Amino acid sequence: MFETVAQQLIIGLTNGMVFALVALGYTMVYGILEFINFAHGDVFMLSAFFALTLVGVIDVGQFHGPMLAVLLCGIVIASAGFGAVVNLSIDRLVYRPLRKSPKLAPLVSAIGVSFLLQNIGLIWGALPLAVFGGGGQPAAPKSFPQLLPSDNLLGAGSGLTLQIKDVLVIGASLAVMTALYLLVTRTKLGKAMRATAQDPQAARLMGIDTDQVVAATFLVGGGLAGFAAVIYALYINTVYYQMGYQNGLYAFTAAVVGGIGNIPGAVLGGLLLGLVRAFSDQFIGAQWQPAVLFGILIVILVFRPAGLLGSTAREKV
Amino acid sequence: MLVVDNICAAYGAIEVLHGISLRVEQGEIVTLIGANGAGKTTTLTCISGLHKPKSGRVTFEGKELVPVPCHDIVRLGIAHSPEGRRVFPRLTVAENLELGAYIRHDKDGIARDYQRIYDLFPVLRERQQQLAGTLSGGEQQMLAVGRAMMAQPRLLLLDEPSLGLAPLIVKRIFEVILELNRLGTTVLLVEQNARMALRIAHRGYVLETGQVIAQGTGAELLADPKVQAAYLGE
Repeated sequence: MFETVAQQLIIGLTNGMVFALVALGYTMVYGILEFINFAHGDVFMLSAFFALTLVGVIDVGQFHGPMLAVLLCGIVIASAGFGAVVNLSIDRLVYRPLRKSPKLAPLVSAIGVSFLLQNIGLIWGALPLAVFGGGGQPAAPKSFPQLLPSDNLLGAGSGLTLQIKDVLVIGASLAVMTALYLLVTRTKLGKAMRATAQDPQAARLMGIDTDQVVAATFLVGGGLAGFAAVIYALYINTVYYQMGYQNGLYAFTAAVVGGIGNIPGAVLGGLLLGLVRAFSDQFIGAQWQPAVLFGILIVILVFRPAGLLGSTAREKV
Repeated sequence: MLVVDNICAAYGAIEVLHGISLRVEQGEIVTLIGANGAGKTTTLTCISGLHKPKSGRVTFEGKELVPVPCHDIVRLGIAHSPEGRRVFPRLTVAENLELGAYIRHDKDGIARDYQRIYDLFPVLRERQQQLAGTLSGGEQQMLAVGRAMMAQPRLLLLDEPSLGLAPLIVKRIFEVILELNRLGTTVLLVEQNARMALRIAHRGYVLETGQVIAQGTGAELLADPKVQAAYLGE
């Protein structure tokens, strides 16, 4: 029993980290623009395709040891950069021209961008690359090579499995979240972000170019999604054009559960969702997963409408 | 120093300023008084760039301000402490002041100015690490004025610094305005408390429904029977 629980804890934490990283992108943009970027999950998906393309073109599978580690780091950084640039471009081309429109306009556009990106994923998956299975079946899941060793760190005889990739997912995610925390709390850009989120007009009076702050927020959120995409692909070993839709929905749920707009809330919500999902799969049954997850979402929102860490009312002066 | 020349401004289809003109000279305290909705706040926002007039000119030290984006106007030397204080509620007092100095890069000067603000408003020093949203109204007003001062403005725009505050705190805020002016900051002050504003101001303008209906020195306006009847409650 202990081993079962501990095992689900590991699975829940690793999945939860990925949800948390994606949820951060939703919540940061919401915090500043009060707008849900529904295409965010699809930026995550395209970044995974980008990473898989790099893996195929470089033929990463033939490398081992330190060289493999260096290449993987390079792919993680490149994919984070890719996600950042895609997310920034979406804002620049689609959302920013709609900034002064009624709030429904960018929201509906975001749904449109989401479909657009999924179709780009389909076209991308049709490329005649070996890693895409030759490109004959664009919609089929592509297998992402098992690049990390799957040895059990606790020894082959242990009833509990802890792989290098588990440690890597949790460790790298924590490192990125710490970096984000320092960015937001300690740097001038981070303070400008928080000021813009709390009162954009007052922020402009301080000399903050709020358009630039919004752009930086999309850049950071996209980078987190790109990072999460590689981590996810290395961990789950499958990418497909709808992975952003499904994981994006979970991550968005995580952001809402934690309190949308609240950065620690997104991390808490992501971890909670990952853990609930793991335990519900183990003890209730995988077919009940959406029912359990969204049931809990509803219960939490009934008792805490603003989410776990969200403030129930905006501060009145 | 500042010339506002015949500006008209509108929110949607409703025009609220119908050709306002005024001047502020270096070293002055100038006050805008008038009833609610007269256009005092809109005039200030047209100067700091939060709102753009649809016609007319605003020039500061010879530079045309209307085409300059709001976030660059503060770089020219105009700081605006807006209506309703607008401190950042979930940032600390110290962080609010730090953002006031967002455009500056002189670390030593910024550190000196923190102390200056804390000396002017000792209660802010005690509350440095407290979130601004938890301060009382008077403390938030002090913070809003202090935050605007951190930009080292040559022209300070103050919108209703006395609103909703206890008389003792109002007195303190007006003392600080006089002190800042004595040290060289030019002040454009919007006030409902017309009597106090005219007492400390060199000159004043009376606004009514988006137009200037009277102007003069503080003493002249205080003595004007029409102003007395309409705004001083005599």
